[in-house]
Amino acid sequence: MKKRRLIIRTIILFILGAAVAYTLYENLTKDNKQKVAVGEAAPDFALVDMQGNKHRLSEYKGQGVFLNFWGTWCPPCKKEMPYINNQYHQFKDKGVQLMSVDIQESPLAVSQFADRLKLDFPIMIDTDKEVMNTYGIDLLPATFLIDKNGKVLKYHTGELSEDKIREFMEKIKP
Amino acid sequence: MNDVKCECGHVNPHGTVLCEACGKVLDENEINNKELLDMRYEGSARRSQTYNKTIIDKIWNFFSSVKVGVWLIIITLIASTIGTILPQEMYINQPPDVYYEQEYGWFGKLYYQLGLHDLYGSWWYLLLIAMLGISLVICSLDRVVPLYKALKAQRVTRNEGFLKRQRVFGVNEIASENDLTTIKKQLKDRRYHVREENGDLLAEKGRFSRWGPYVNHVGLIIFLFGGILRFIPGFYVNENLWVKEGETAAVPETGGQFYLQNNQFILQHYDKNKDKTFEKAIDRAGAVVKNYQSNVVLYKRESNNLPGEKPKLKKVTDYKVRVNQPLTFEGYSVFQASFRNEMNAMSFSLTNKKTNQSAGNLKIDLQNPKGKYDLGNGYSVEILNYFPDFEFAKSGEPTTKSRVPNNPAFVFRMTSPEKPKGETSFVAIKQTIEPFGDNTYKMAFKGVDTKNVSGFIVRKDSSLWAIILGGIIFMIGVIQGAYWNHRRIWVQNKNGQVWLAAHTNKNWYGLKSEIETVLLGTKFSIPEDRLQKENTDKEDV
Repeated sequence: MKKRRLIIRTIILFILGAAVAYTLYENLTKDNKQKVAVGEAAPDFALVDMQGNKHRLSEYKGQGVFLNFWGTWCPPCKKEMPYINNQYHQFKDKGVQLMSVDIQESPLAVSQFADRLKLDFPIMIDTDKEVMNTYGIDLLPATFLIDKNGKVLKYHTGELSEDKIREFMEKIKP
Repeated sequence: MNDVKCECGHVNPHGTVLCEACGKVLDENEINNKELLDMRYEGSARRSQTYNKTIIDKIWNFFSSVKVGVWLIIITLIASTIGTILPQEMYINQPPDVYYEQEYGWFGKLYYQLGLHDLYGSWWYLLLIAMLGISLVICSLDRVVPLYKALKAQRVTRNEGFLKRQRVFGVNEIASENDLTTIKKQLKDRRYHVREENGDLLAEKGRFSRWGPYVNHVGLIIFLFGGILRFIPGFYVNENLWVKEGETAAVPETGGQFYLQNNQFILQHYDKNKDKTFEKAIDRAGAVVKNYQSNVVLYKRESNNLPGEKPKLKKVTDYKVRVNQPLTFEGYSVFQASFRNEMNAMSFSLTNKKTNQSAGNLKIDLQNPKGKYDLGNGYSVEILNYFPDFEFAKSGEPTTKSRVPNNPAFVFRMTSPEKPKGETSFVAIKQTIEPFGDNTYKMAFKGVDTKNVSGFIVRKDSSLWAIILGGIIFMIGVIQGAYWNHRRIWVQNKNGQVWLAAHTNKNWYGLKSEIETVLLGTKFSIPEDRLQKENTDKEDV
């Protein structure tokens, strides 16, 4: 009798405690939950660059991918762009791909921006913000490091220095 | 901790105050204590009060205490009140770290620093509600089980001590068979369930009203469970969606399954001349809106495309979304919530400044401007630079604040037969700068096209059924406990006399007047209410 009582009480308390723990956990993590978490597979997407070439993330399996989201109107994006361009040339033959995604701007604004800063890497425009929503991007610039197995290695928001970009590219070099 | 065997033969669990079967007082304290019995929970053993050994038992006993429960309610009440002193974070449209101090001074700052700006979402408030829920479950379980057992085990013949110490009690020296038959009949007429054993009577009705509070608690628990459901991803969706006229956007939180196309946004006002009834109101308030409406088309995605690829869409339905008339599909509701007006295109005329003659017009799509506009006859205009949301940066350079065309500005190169190399002009709203001296031509502003952007709220609430069900069960419990009484009347042979005792869980007046009707036409004396007698005695003194 006594033993059964203890078991029943333990089970009931456990169920109640689990419900409370779950609710608290969900409530505390809802604000800073990343849609694409570090260590998980990066969701596949496909975009067409300014030259009309289609780029698909999963096609770059086996190589590291430096995925950068930006806008012409964002000053830190403007600052880091030339650095990214430099490092892109250093690493493009070492198995590091650069995917540069502008968020919902006109092709004119983007191509003029690229001309002004002399950027010569492929740039894609996420016209319907679909890729942005998939990756849950909030603040720009945002950078994802994706390793050769297609897993997210790191997520970074904010301006990058040239050293940092080199360090990042070094990290995902296969 | 052994079970207690009563002299009537019934075995009661440890801690029982009144024998479940015959009602004999088993608890020492209770024997010597009062004249009237404490009939709460039928004197059954509330187990939490008796076992207290392991840590599980200790937690259980803590939550089983009604005192703890009442305190939890009071604390939750006070906390909830505090949350209403200043507006909560979700109702302000500014950064909270600035807003509270700016609006409410030091108190606002303190309010924000203590985290009271998001009180109802704070971990401690949730914990409080959770503890209240746990207390509710355990309090109920700890009482309903023994109470059920005690009521089920009760026998017709009751112990003398039990009867003597009931609040309504009376003794009759003699009782005829006739009288007993009459009483039995009148009890049955009044819908009593009458049981008989060795000439003793137990009449009982409305026992189910005793379960009212517990049914009510079950409703509350389901209600709270509905609240928990909202935290499960996908169960509760409340998102904003802005769609410009003519555009299609993916509906958020549908996993990219649904797309919404906005064909037209319509804003209608009441007409002073047509709607005469509202004339005065319109005069007082100015324009009064009659209708906010978006004509939309809902699409479902057919292809398994990747994000970024153009999806293949299949039309599901046309709908006119109006305030309180949402478009609903698969649990989602799309509400008309807001609108704004956005610049869509700007028109210019390439004009000779001296002669004021136009060499041709051009219309620039602000979402997707072209690089070059050929006007023919050797006239053309090139956009060297486009700033959709123009401002001067700190360095003095023109730059754009965002991608939204709130304040478009352009750097044009105007080519004409007179100036084949082109002239440069910077044009913003109400502002023209000619950086390289006097130009022959100018871009004369002709007009602006605007488009409406509809603001929708996408909502889904899969927890609603639990909340409604919980609410209904809650009310059933309240009604069950409030509109019925559990009444028992004992008529028993003791010491050659006939004793009559009665008990109800509430409405003693109703019970007493019912006894009077039941005893009508018999020689039985009306039993007295000893609690009332006691009180009147005191008053007499």
